[in-house]
Amino acid sequence: MSETTTTSLSMRKFQKVCDILENYEYNNSKLVPILQEIQEEYRYLPEDIMTFVASSLDVPPAKVFGVATFYAHFALQPKGKYVIKVCDGTACHVRHSSALLDAIQEKLGLSDRKTTTDDLLFTLETVSCLGACGLAPVVVINDDVYGGQTPDSVVIAIENILTKEAHNE
Amino acid sequence: MNNTMNIDTLTQIADKYKSQMTKITRRVTICGGTGCIANGSQNVYDELVKQLALTNIDAVVDLKFEDNKDHTYVMHSGCQGFCQMGPLVTIEPDNIQYVKVKPADVSEIVLKTLAGNSIVERLLYHDPVTGQKFNGTKDIPFYARQNRTVLKNIGHIDPADIKAYIGQKGYFSAYNAWTNMTDEDICNDMITSGLRGRGGGGFPTGRKWNLTRIEKNEKKYIICNADEGDPGAFMDRSILEGNPHSVVEGMMIAARAIGANEGYIYVRTEYPLACKRIKQAINDAKNIGILGDDVFGTSNGFKITVMEGAGAFVCGEETALIASIEGKRGMPRPKPPFPAQAGLFGKPTCINNVETLSAVPLIFQNGPTWFKAIGTEKSAGTKTFAVTGNVANTGLIEVPFGTTLREIVENIGGGVLTEDGKVDMDAFKAAQIGGPSGGCLTKEHLDMPLDYETLTAMGAMVGSGGLVVMNDQTCIVQIARFFMRFTQNESCGKCTICREGTKQMLALLDDIIEGNATLQTIDLLEELAHSVKIGSLCGLGKTAPNPVLATLKYFRTEYDEHVINKRCPTKRCKALTSAEILADKCKGCRVCIKVCPEGAITGELKKPHTINKALCIKCGACAQACKFNAITGVA
Ligand SMILES: Cc1cc2nc3c(=O)[nH]c(=O)nc-3n(C[C@H](O)[C@H](O)[C@H](O)COP(=O)(O)O)c2cc1C
Ligand code: FES
Repeated sequence: MSETTTTSLSMRKFQKVCDILENYEYNNSKLVPILQEIQEEYRYLPEDIMTFVASSLDVPPAKVFGVATFYAHFALQPKGKYVIKVCDGTACHVRHSSALLDAIQEKLGLSDRKTTTDDLLFTLETVSCLGACGLAPVVVINDDVYGGQTPDSVVIAIENILTKEAHNE
Repeated sequence: MNNTMNIDTLTQIADKYKSQMTKITRRVTICGGTGCIANGSQNVYDELVKQLALTNIDAVVDLKFEDNKDHTYVMHSGCQGFCQMGPLVTIEPDNIQYVKVKPADVSEIVLKTLAGNSIVERLLYHDPVTGQKFNGTKDIPFYARQNRTVLKNIGHIDPADIKAYIGQKGYFSAYNAWTNMTDEDICNDMITSGLRGRGGGGFPTGRKWNLTRIEKNEKKYIICNADEGDPGAFMDRSILEGNPHSVVEGMMIAARAIGANEGYIYVRTEYPLACKRIKQAINDAKNIGILGDDVFGTSNGFKITVMEGAGAFVCGEETALIASIEGKRGMPRPKPPFPAQAGLFGKPTCINNVETLSAVPLIFQNGPTWFKAIGTEKSAGTKTFAVTGNVANTGLIEVPFGTTLREIVENIGGGVLTEDGKVDMDAFKAAQIGGPSGGCLTKEHLDMPLDYETLTAMGAMVGSGGLVVMNDQTCIVQIARFFMRFTQNESCGKCTICREGTKQMLALLDDIIEGNATLQTIDLLEELAHSVKIGSLCGLGKTAPNPVLATLKYFRTEYDEHVINKRCPTKRCKALTSAEILADKCKGCRVCIKVCPEGAITGELKKPHTINKALCIKCGACAQACKFNAITGVA
């Protein structure tokens, strides 16, 4: 990549962040929503952007990193295109949600430590409750709720996505 | 300002809605709650609208009509509560509720019920035990035995239509509070009503308001706590999705009582639909002139901001929630000073739960003594519970305080579900109530009235209202471990004893589950539990040991079995079980022999097989493959 394209790329990158900061009037008490919007944009919180946010809001970078690492919702590593959330709330747990987790991990070659596939297609997370307990056990893939799942049905759901992706290429 | 709501306009809107409703001869309500949407209710709705257009039924999907003809109104509602049976289609005034409706069923509904006035029997709710059919919400036991007050309008009105809310007397109480009542009167009425906080603590709401009211400060805040962190609870979510204006109105009345001109609603980010609906409700209220700089012509303003949480359970604690709104790490701080004295940005602040606030307009509509008369002496009113787990009818219910656990589990919940999906009340083992801060209720508590005091006395708490029913195949040590892992994960790390203590407690529970424990482990666990309780700053640490202490109290023998005999009675703890083939169930089909990766199973065709335990790696492949449930001991 030539130097000019990198600068224009990163300028564009920071322009978006500036817009977000502008929107919140550079108010540092709005740090959480600011980071949420940035994450919405980039799917995670890149380090250089967090430092940029810190200087823009005139707070130490440690404060921004402190907030970013405190909340489970923020990711410091890129997430996959499809975020699979397996609910492990009480209701789902007593209806054996852990079997779903095992099945997905096996299907995608993931583990408790490795949560994103190498092709950045899937990220697997557990969440404490999605509030759809009536349908336990529940899995959410991006915004779609899948209720009453079994290890087999959730693997089929993933396979459907894989087929769809293969067609798009 | 011209855009200010006055009583005449409010009355006009309500009258217009009511007169339009008289032109609605039939109302078809399709549940748009999260559960039903996940089951495909949107497709049912689309199909219905499409099919109705092909008939000569005069169907409308909104109330924008100006003519005087009769109409059939097709609408979406919030969660109707019976999520297990979704998608739900309710038809009024015929008192029909169709359950598990699929798009393919729609043509029959249109033909038989909407055009032909007869009932599609096969879509009615059938009792899973007796097979008895029930027509609609007036007689289905799940509904008929409830007392839906806070939830009443959810499932009946379109949550996205502010006029529908106004048509049900909505915002009239706020008007009255802002223009005709003193702040002191409002607080006194709340004290009379006996309403106690539904967020867990149970603190009397009127007294909390009064404490904030008497603070002298130009700037005060009201915060609605919609962080609903208890895994296994979704009452607040359903209220925000199904009747968001009741929360807005409750906040307006609270704001008037304490003298606040700004409010925040802190919603869990895991609730996208709830966020959307409450934001829309606030916008609609603003556009129509209810919220703004000059509320009801009083020259006082009130505005509400929605803030999405970022996935931290501890932010449900009020001081942590305040820190989070201020843009900091959500860590609790010592009290005093209480939020009433120094809360958000150092100003006097009152924090209330969603359900608390949504009860407020009802109290002012019907009078504080009406509310006081429901429930028990010290716990007035009704409580919503999210009934889940091994129970036939999961869903959202509302009952008066003082209702027994048996009524909830057996009659409303339809009984306990066994592992093979049968209904059997004898399979009841325990009900977990109050989430990670709560305790367990067992068979001996089935007939006790549930209210704040009795529950606390039993070592549990009302908490937010999550009620998870467990059958006799649930390992109680695993449940205790489940909650311990949850609180250990969510501990913010500020207090050493909470951060490290929960970690050690989790490790001790793991020892028990993995067969590495001795009787001393249990003693140590108990001792540590008491230390964590005493030494933690906030409610999270103070209550984190509750699930362990409660299960130890009622299920000590089950712990002992794990420790002394290295046996898990429910065969859930992998390390303590070994695979076994039940000779009376095994048909000798050889399927398990084929799937076993270790070649550990042997046997002849049509004769019971056996497992060589030395070779078995407990992978569970055989049990999964067996069609006769003949293999136990592996998951
Ligand atoms: C760890 C912890 C988590 C809490 N989570 C919630 C919650 O999710 N929702 C809630 O309304 N209150 C929660 N609370 C209780 C709040 O601190 C506070 O008491 C409540 O919001 C007050 O409202 P109320 O008086 O209407 O009940 C939590 C408390 C603790 C200690
Ligand atoms: S979502 Fe439809 S009944 Fe709960």
